[in-house]
Amino acid sequence: MTNILLITFVISLIYMGIANRLSTYINILAVQGIILFGVSFIELIQINTVNLIFILFETIVFKTIAIPLFLNYIIKKNHIVREAQPFLPDFLSVVIITCIILGSFILSNVITGVHIRKIFFLAAISGLLSGLFIIITRKKVVTHIMGYLVIENGVFILSLSTGNKMTMLVNTGITLDIFVSVLVLGVFVNRIGNTFEEMNVDNLTNLKD
Amino acid sequence: MLNRNRMVRIGLLVLFLVVQTIMTIYAYFHLNEENAGYFKFDALGVIFMCVLTILSYTTIYHSFIYLQHRKDSSRSQSFYFAALIILIIVMTCAYLASHLGIMWVFIELTTLSVAVLIYHERTPLSLEATWKYVFICSIGITITFIGIILLSIAIGETEITNFSFKAIPDQLLHVNASWLKMIFLFMIVGFCTKMGLFPMHTAAIDAHTVAPPPISAFISTTLMNVGFVSIFRTYSMFAHTSILPWMNMILFSCGLISIIVSAAYLLKVNHLKRMSAYSSIEHMGLAAIGIASGGIGYFAAIFHMVLHAFVKASVFYQIDQFHRNFRTYMINETGNYFNRNLAGAMVFLLILIAIIAMPPSGLFVTEFWIFKALFTSAHFFIFVLALFFLSIAMYCLAKNFLHILFNQTKDLLPAAEKPDPSETWSQYFLLALVFYLGINPPAAMINLIQEAVKNLR
Repeated sequence: MTNILLITFVISLIYMGIANRLSTYINILAVQGIILFGVSFIELIQINTVNLIFILFETIVFKTIAIPLFLNYIIKKNHIVREAQPFLPDFLSVVIITCIILGSFILSNVITGVHIRKIFFLAAISGLLSGLFIIITRKKVVTHIMGYLVIENGVFILSLSTGNKMTMLVNTGITLDIFVSVLVLGVFVNRIGNTFEEMNVDNLTNLKD
Repeated sequence: MLNRNRMVRIGLLVLFLVVQTIMTIYAYFHLNEENAGYFKFDALGVIFMCVLTILSYTTIYHSFIYLQHRKDSSRSQSFYFAALIILIIVMTCAYLASHLGIMWVFIELTTLSVAVLIYHERTPLSLEATWKYVFICSIGITITFIGIILLSIAIGETEITNFSFKAIPDQLLHVNASWLKMIFLFMIVGFCTKMGLFPMHTAAIDAHTVAPPPISAFISTTLMNVGFVSIFRTYSMFAHTSILPWMNMILFSCGLISIIVSAAYLLKVNHLKRMSAYSSIEHMGLAAIGIASGGIGYFAAIFHMVLHAFVKASVFYQIDQFHRNFRTYMINETGNYFNRNLAGAMVFLLILIAIIAMPPSGLFVTEFWIFKALFTSAHFFIFVLALFFLSIAMYCLAKNFLHILFNQTKDLLPAAEKPDPSETWSQYFLLALVFYLGINPPAAMINLIQEAVKNLR
């Protein structure tokens, strides 16, 4: 079951490569939240209850509901054009994301000597690299946040593969940090929306030598 | 009403400074004591905590001057100081953290608190810089987190995983080398955003450019020290494994490319704050090379960071006064500073001597040690390249500073404001410290630094 969920996660990355509308991106992020919920529910069922509830709360409430609503709110409030406006044609995006997945597949099969489940490693590394790719190739500031969230999802999958080695305190701190940083990023996106007419990265090129 | 607010603000700041000072003294006299399980007064942390405490006094003083001249509302001043105090506390915790996860959390918090300060002027430019800084730092810190997770996977085969810096090295001895390399790479790339080393140096440069000058002083000194401490701790964690030569190679390339990049940009830079920022990148590169060359290099790198903090802070304090006089940061629109503001011009002259490491300056001693370490570890190629690009950087700094001081062009704008010589005492104090520590370093400080590097020999 875990394998199926993680493969769905990887497929959703490919779908992100061809998605045109921002609302599709938001839906994909919500679906990824549900997938993460499923994976953590299956994987972490034997850890203590408080910790489990905390993680489930984080995936369902935070990743699946709060962030998509927040992003929708930002898009509506700032009248952002509903298209993603990538710098690259969709076909190329899909090819590159497929190459990223293939690369992570090869990488996860090359490493030896450490006990890790390959499918987790594969999903995490493809999430990280696809997120970076989306940040680089999309024109809007909002899509940068979406890329960042994809990276976060990848990191989350990687941390699931360790089970419950980190202490609760550290885990809480880390989640809090991610939560705050998304909020801060959102606040600044709103500011950018108020200051500039269009929220494109082209507006953010005044600082240079 | 306004006056009462001001009194309360001053009272709280003085109280905070007193507490911070008492904490620092307490930490110094309780060296190597563990606190609450997650913090430890170890030598490395205490050194940089002392630097931070000294610079807190001057930064808060100059923030008052800066805010007074901007005539900000009482509310935005309170915001500024609240964020500043949070930043100081968070940086102190990041220095003293003895647990990898806790250090990570506090480094992330420094990004968030400094973002408020960078955005203080509320202009489109500051918005752009803040956005870039927060975004790049968030991604960097996420990459570091991946490194930490990989680390926990690697040492996970033992039953209890302990993430304190004391316990990690023993658990790493049985881990496969290629896995260690991957962990080190992820962690270093993330921490480079804070230290301003090559692959991730761009965020810090833009932040320097638009932040209020007292805050630039903090970003360039104590915040870069946070990055240095984290890289140094990561390095010491891995120093007893088989990948030590490979790690040195990575740090050599980061450091050397940082110096090359900063020299290249210094050749054409025209913005005084950007110039100082690139000069910081160059010094960070030198410190990284110091760590990588080993031997006396470890000692020299820490000493270099301490002295660099004092010099660079005084640069930015003086830049604030300079900006109020000229109303611009552009070097080619200014000049003749000696006639306009004698006290400030003397500061710039002393800074020039200090920062290009001319002999009475303490940086001369540390750079000499770094190059000595490079020479004794037989890295002649890096030695020559670093020296070459360092001299280009020195030439550019000297050219620009001398232009500001002596350029006699007639059509300069009239001075916007009469400079007050009493605002320069802090810079003279810090520079005197740099010269004094270089000539006659106190035994207590030497012992502290030696204590910090004793595990690396």
